[in-house]
Amino acid sequence: MTALAHVPTGSGQPAAPERAVRSGRYRFLPYLLLLPGAAWLFLFFAVPLFQLAAASLYDPSGSLSTGYALTWAFGNYPDALAAYWPQFTRSFRYAGIALVLALLMGYPLAYAIAQKAGRWKNLLLVCVIAPMFTSFLVRTLAWKTILSDNGWLVGLLRDVHLLASDGRLLATPVAVVLGLTYNFLPFLVLPLYASLERLDHRLLEAASDLYASPVRAFRRVTLPLSMPGLVAGTLLFFIPASGDYINAELLGTPNEYMIGNVIDSAFLVRLDYPQGAALSFLLMAAILAVVFVYLRRAGTEEVL
Amino acid sequence: MASVGRETPAGDLRLANLTKRFGIFTAVDDLSLTIPQGSFFALLGASGCGKTTTLRMIAGLEEPTSGQVLLGDRDIARLRPYKRPVNTVFQSYALFPHLDIFENVAFGLRRRGIRKVDDQVERMLALVQLEGYGRRRPAQLSGGQQQRVALARALINHPQVLLLDEPLGALDLKLRRQMQIELKRIQTEVGITFVHVTHDQEEAMTMADTVAVMNAGKIEQLGAPAELYEFPATAFVANFLGQSNLLAGEAAGAAGGEVPVSAHGSRFAVPADRARVDRGPVYLGVRPEKLHLVGSADQVPAGRQHVTGVVSDASYVGVSTQYLLRTGWGSELSVFVANSGATAQLPVGTEAVAHWDPRHAFLLPREPGADDRTSPALDEPVGATS
Amino acid sequence: MTVAHRIGRWLADHWVLGVGLLVLGYLFLPIAVVAGLSFNRPSSRLSYDFHEFTLDNWRNPCATSDMCDAVVRSVQIGFIATVVATVLGTLMAFALVRHRFRGRSGINVLIFLPMATPELVMGTSLLALFVSAGVPQGFWTIVIAHVMFCVSFVVVTVKARLAGMDSRLEEAAMDLYASEWQTFRRITLPLVMPGIVAAALLAFSLSFDDFIITNFNAGTTVTFPMYVWGAAQRGIPPQVNVIGTAMFVIALLLVLASMLRGRRGRRAALRVAAGTGPARRPS
Repeated sequence: MTALAHVPTGSGQPAAPERAVRSGRYRFLPYLLLLPGAAWLFLFFAVPLFQLAAASLYDPSGSLSTGYALTWAFGNYPDALAAYWPQFTRSFRYAGIALVLALLMGYPLAYAIAQKAGRWKNLLLVCVIAPMFTSFLVRTLAWKTILSDNGWLVGLLRDVHLLASDGRLLATPVAVVLGLTYNFLPFLVLPLYASLERLDHRLLEAASDLYASPVRAFRRVTLPLSMPGLVAGTLLFFIPASGDYINAELLGTPNEYMIGNVIDSAFLVRLDYPQGAALSFLLMAAILAVVFVYLRRAGTEEVL
Repeated sequence: MASVGRETPAGDLRLANLTKRFGIFTAVDDLSLTIPQGSFFALLGASGCGKTTTLRMIAGLEEPTSGQVLLGDRDIARLRPYKRPVNTVFQSYALFPHLDIFENVAFGLRRRGIRKVDDQVERMLALVQLEGYGRRRPAQLSGGQQQRVALARALINHPQVLLLDEPLGALDLKLRRQMQIELKRIQTEVGITFVHVTHDQEEAMTMADTVAVMNAGKIEQLGAPAELYEFPATAFVANFLGQSNLLAGEAAGAAGGEVPVSAHGSRFAVPADRARVDRGPVYLGVRPEKLHLVGSADQVPAGRQHVTGVVSDASYVGVSTQYLLRTGWGSELSVFVANSGATAQLPVGTEAVAHWDPRHAFLLPREPGADDRTSPALDEPVGATS
Repeated sequence: MTVAHRIGRWLADHWVLGVGLLVLGYLFLPIAVVAGLSFNRPSSRLSYDFHEFTLDNWRNPCATSDMCDAVVRSVQIGFIATVVATVLGTLMAFALVRHRFRGRSGINVLIFLPMATPELVMGTSLLALFVSAGVPQGFWTIVIAHVMFCVSFVVVTVKARLAGMDSRLEEAAMDLYASEWQTFRRITLPLVMPGIVAAALLAFSLSFDDFIITNFNAGTTVTFPMYVWGAAQRGIPPQVNVIGTAMFVIALLLVLASMLRGRRGRRAALRVAAGTGPARRPS
């Protein structure tokens, strides 16, 4: 048998690229199509970043009225960091805790919609997005009502002694973290849903057929397969959460201020542009570092 | 509907030295052939053999690297697709999902600025037996109905050439048979040149007047279906169209209307008009259904040639029993025996003799050193399913 | 199987759904509060608690005229930014999906980065640019900023729709005598339209709701989110909740209507496929 030659049926060659893109006829068209959008992004996204970099190196003794001089004052960075180290670390601490809470809530939600909701899937998905139809600020203010000292929630917690009789929720770190969790939860759920939705239910059946307990099936099958969505969702949650200052402002006190509050006041109240710019860059660098380390760990580089 | 050549003078479709390269890969290699006007022509080959690329060059969806596409005397190879009197029925149909059936069919007429389309569209829908379906959306039709819409959408333009790119591939077997007959009927009715690309040898053979078997960008053999099957020109064709037992041998030149062949220590002969070559390394080919099985050599009728072996496998498939006969030199011959009830089943392990009429054998050129190609390997497309 | 057993199994199968519904409740809690507060007559300007039921807020949503001015301004900015961003983003999506060209990865990075950059950084850097270039801040600087952060989202949305489109449809159109322009007009554009509309809606909602970037580039111009921000210090008029509720209801109705339309189409298709359609094939 082995001596018999295999009949070549033309499958030996690589398959022909059946639909190659017509080239040559419109060589400049793509550039024409890209030009306006790319120019806009370049002018109003990329160039400003350079401007911000320059501003962060201005002579800190200048002011808006007297004008600034670019003196390559790298000292702005350590100075800003030294002055606002607590707010800096607090930003990442709050965003981190909020992320854990959001994962605990978001994963079951995404899983339930993707795998358990049946024909209600689309409706439930709309329900995840729907809260975002109301203004971000209005929603956050609503939390102020829910968490208020006279509200039913505080009353209930005091009654069951989870909260001291004079204990509060509003104007505490709890309120700020809760607000962060709430406001960015949909950003975590949506990508997670997208990857869980693609998960073939039969894989789980196969896993349980192969003697995997539900917990093991989750760890060995569901979790690894939802990894791309998990990574994307985590980033989409963490990046805006760590740069947020609305929740800290509306639900907290200056004791809960995050780095965003400091940057906001540097630019708009104290008019200390060099410091504000340095802090902005530090925030971006810190986020990029966290993202980079995280992506390395997660081992999923095709996400971005 | 009479044969309508909208643009005169219509004529044969000729491909002259047509070549298409994608980077370093040559999809179509110096292809030349003539397709007579009004014929049903099939391009048959496995996926990746260049048949679809050839079709796309005729349609204008791919620009040839070199060569000509001639319609009559006009070279259309560099015309934009919408400037050619050629229409295509696409694989998976490519019906416009946002337009209803009527507008899908009327699309080509409207693009050419024809205002009154109602009559033509209705007539065309009747031709493909879809009267009353005009206001449906493509998604509301079954696969076979969509296929007929795609056909109507192309035919309504009275193209000089209609290209069909695996048009029946997405249909189930029963529907496919039905559509094959219907397509053939419509082609006879409208008299347009049909160029049909397919990997299904049965489809090509039942429908086409002329079949061209393509392999690696070249045409291996071109001819009427029966001719291709009964007297293949190459080992590729012999095995792509059905199955063949090909025994490696040496021929020593024709003598007295016969070509003597020595293979595996035995001597055989093939009529000279059944030999593609008569000297050097050859394949002696016999189709499995042309082989008969008997118990011993003395039962072989006069004038027939034979090979002795042991039955190594017997598969009962209803209309026939397919045996594998292991020869003395270790190859396996495939033998189909019709279940006419005339002979008893041969159990595995029995010795048997396969014999054939020399007039059913054929002689093909063989690469020096190539061994027998006989029984079907499991991963090879029998009846091409790729 | 005992009853306890059955309940146990049911719980094992459905607890995830239960948790999911609880989380959805959490997501909707503030919406319910906003809706409730829109019927509230607060005891004082700085109070956030429910005091007394009234319909006054809905009868006179513009009782505080600054607020309605801010809403109108937000709608204007949202509209202009949406149109510009949708056009620019759609063109880019076409280039990216339909053409091969040099510098593709660079363009992809330029589109991706704004989505991954904290709003704070984009807002402050634009502020730095406008200040150093001496551009007075106001309505148009807000529009510029909004177009900037909306474009990427438009590109991503339209790209997804375009990439999912069978390019054979366009080939079929060309085969049926449609020129390049006719093919685009009659086939490509109608088929990509749902993606473009979705992108435009997304852009509008992003623009309408943006606070952080706007706050740095608004000068003295006040949008609706900025009004709410300012009012949060001075006391929130209850009409803010009317606007919040109305936005929610309008958007929800739009989405549900489009869902229903899609479902009707699918049902009809299913009916026909099942052979119960109004016109069977004459045999």
